[in-house]
Amino acid sequence: MELLGRRDLWWRRLIVAIPYLWLFVFFALPFLIILKISLADPIMARPPFSETVSADNFIFLLNDKLYAITYLRSIVLAAAATVLCLLLGFPMAYGIARSTPAVRSFLLLLIVLPFWISFLLRVYAWMGLLNNYGVVNNLLIWLGVIDQPLQIMYTDFAIFLGLTYSYLPFMILPLYATLERMDLDLVDAALDLGASRTAAFWDITWPLARPGVVAGCLLVFIPAMGEYVIPYLLGGPEAMMIGRVLFDEFYFNRDWPLASAVAIMLLVILVVPIVFLQRNQAREAESAA
Amino acid sequence: MSQPDPSFIRLQGISKHFGDFVAVDNVDLDIGRGELFSILGGSGCGKTTLLRMLAGFETPTAGRIEIDGVDVTTVPPYERPVNMMFQSYAVFPHMSVEKNIAYGLRKERAPAAQIAKRVDEMLELVQLADFRRRKPVQLSGGQQQRVALARALIKRPKVLLLDEPLAALDKKLREHTQFELMNIQDELGITFVVVTHDQEEAMTLSSRIAVMHKGRFLQVGKPKEIYEYPCNRFVADFIGTINTFEGTVTAVDDDGIAIESTDAGTSITALGQHDVAVGKPACIAVRPEKVFIGRDEPSDSSDIRMRGVVDDLAYLGNLSLYRVRLASGKIILVSQQNRQRSAERYVEWEDEIWVSWRPRSSIVLVEDR
Ligand SMILES: Nc1ncnc2c1ncn2[C@@H]1O[C@H](COP(=O)(O)OP(=O)(O)OP(=O)(O)O)[C@@H](O)[C@H]1O
Ligand SMILES: [Mg+2]
Repeated sequence: MELLGRRDLWWRRLIVAIPYLWLFVFFALPFLIILKISLADPIMARPPFSETVSADNFIFLLNDKLYAITYLRSIVLAAAATVLCLLLGFPMAYGIARSTPAVRSFLLLLIVLPFWISFLLRVYAWMGLLNNYGVVNNLLIWLGVIDQPLQIMYTDFAIFLGLTYSYLPFMILPLYATLERMDLDLVDAALDLGASRTAAFWDITWPLARPGVVAGCLLVFIPAMGEYVIPYLLGGPEAMMIGRVLFDEFYFNRDWPLASAVAIMLLVILVVPIVFLQRNQAREAESAA
Repeated sequence: MSQPDPSFIRLQGISKHFGDFVAVDNVDLDIGRGELFSILGGSGCGKTTLLRMLAGFETPTAGRIEIDGVDVTTVPPYERPVNMMFQSYAVFPHMSVEKNIAYGLRKERAPAAQIAKRVDEMLELVQLADFRRRKPVQLSGGQQQRVALARALIKRPKVLLLDEPLAALDKKLREHTQFELMNIQDELGITFVVVTHDQEEAMTLSSRIAVMHKGRFLQVGKPKEIYEYPCNRFVADFIGTINTFEGTVTAVDDDGIAIESTDAGTSITALGQHDVAVGKPACIAVRPEKVFIGRDEPSDSSDIRMRGVVDDLAYLGNLSLYRVRLASGKIILVSQQNRQRSAERYVEWEDEIWVSWRPRSSIVLVEDR
């Protein structure tokens, strides 16, 4: 089969090579550099790490309970925010996907509108909402629900709210994309065959929306896990998330090797569930094809 | 077959409005038990909307729907003794063929053994036993359509609604499936309501047809009645091809009417009593196959006769089609069966010929209401 000339073959390889080259330069290479730094020791020099190779940083990370707790807290907060994003995002995406085209584009505009304002500003705005003399507390006091301001600011709850707020669009958009494509007759067919509205949802809508759910959850969970700004601004000094630890180690302690080790660990924690999910999806796709 | 019951499905004054738009306009209809009833009409005339009201997906703006003596106007779809085969098939993409087919019984919480047995029967019926574990994406269009049919039939509904069941199939498969559908309907004795925009399909399939236009029924009747006695111009035009002649009524009596047609340049007669008056405009029509064509002047003086020139002709094997230009310039269509094999065709291009038909073949068309 000499259908493809040598030149064509060459072109093809080149085109396929471009994304791989991109990934190598901007992902694999930095990763390898970070990996190398994580195996070094911190020194007072420039750059602030030695040329030695040891697993000391990782051993330190694994033995210090504080890091384990911080990783765990990050996982719990990110997971909780992901779940709330899903609970809020699904009905919103569903509503948008089922509305008339004119209303739909308006609603989608509302979803992406916050991106026009700096992320940092929006988190600052939450500080204004949540602090002891903020809008929320004042409103509750004015309504007579409470008579002392609630301590919301500088708690894990504030981080949780901040994460949910910031990442909600990343849940809604992929969900909307899958729901919008779904054939409405499928749900009608289920109803016609005797399924109640609830049963039709779980039998038809939910399984068909799964790719969107998975994409949305990953898009929320992964960045939420490494989030730095939100825990820094909304969380208390002891309410550490791993992104903040990473920043502090790097910036204040100038312990580049330890910071790198923290980053590598974070990557490992994130990569394992993603690989698992992708395997799952690949297997499903295989059994469907 | 089940006992006759002329109003098994009964629609009374059914209307459906979408905002200002009237999709279905005050429809009355009775469908008998075990009928294969077709709703025929052009795109957007409200066929699907009517079917969706029967299935329970839309609530009528006004009117009442009864099935087997029970008022189901506000009954939700999952509680109606009705199943539907969708225009898009709507086969569940994430379920295998057998899961799709079993779905209705599952929701009924039927015993597993019974489900398995009925699924096997259905797979047999639609000849998909070898494909039971496949997913819909692995099936052809025709096979998906059969899955949809089996899935809709497994609960043995009193009524099966089919929305353009054959639209997505190629001609050969469509003809084959038409007869399959008729066999299945005959075997199971289920009442079928079929929506279609294909008049040939409606003619082949149905015991009765309703011709729908702009949300209204123009005529309801047996295929033969609708074809031979269309009640107005739209129906006549929609079902098959027809030649129409405009004219002024010159005579009306108990046996028939006559019009003087400027189109034809002659007088045209029709039998039967009609609601027309002398001096008023009227329209008489005739089907192409009712018209005879020949070189010689027809002998029977009661026939309607005209002279013309063969403008075009097409030999289709069993039929020959002619386009004949009359002296007035009007084109009429004639189709003739090729009963005898002749070395040369009897009538050729540009031949001067006579066309004629019997008065009883004339159809008097009233204006569209
Ligand atoms: N949910 C709706 N909202 C507004 N208008 C609608 C709705 N559903 C249908 N219509 C309108 O009602 C009319 C009839 O639609 P319907 O789907 O019944 O047509 P149809 O006869 O099935 O046509 P087709 O042969 O193209 O399937 C159309 O003009 C359509 O635009
Ligand atoms: Mg339709």
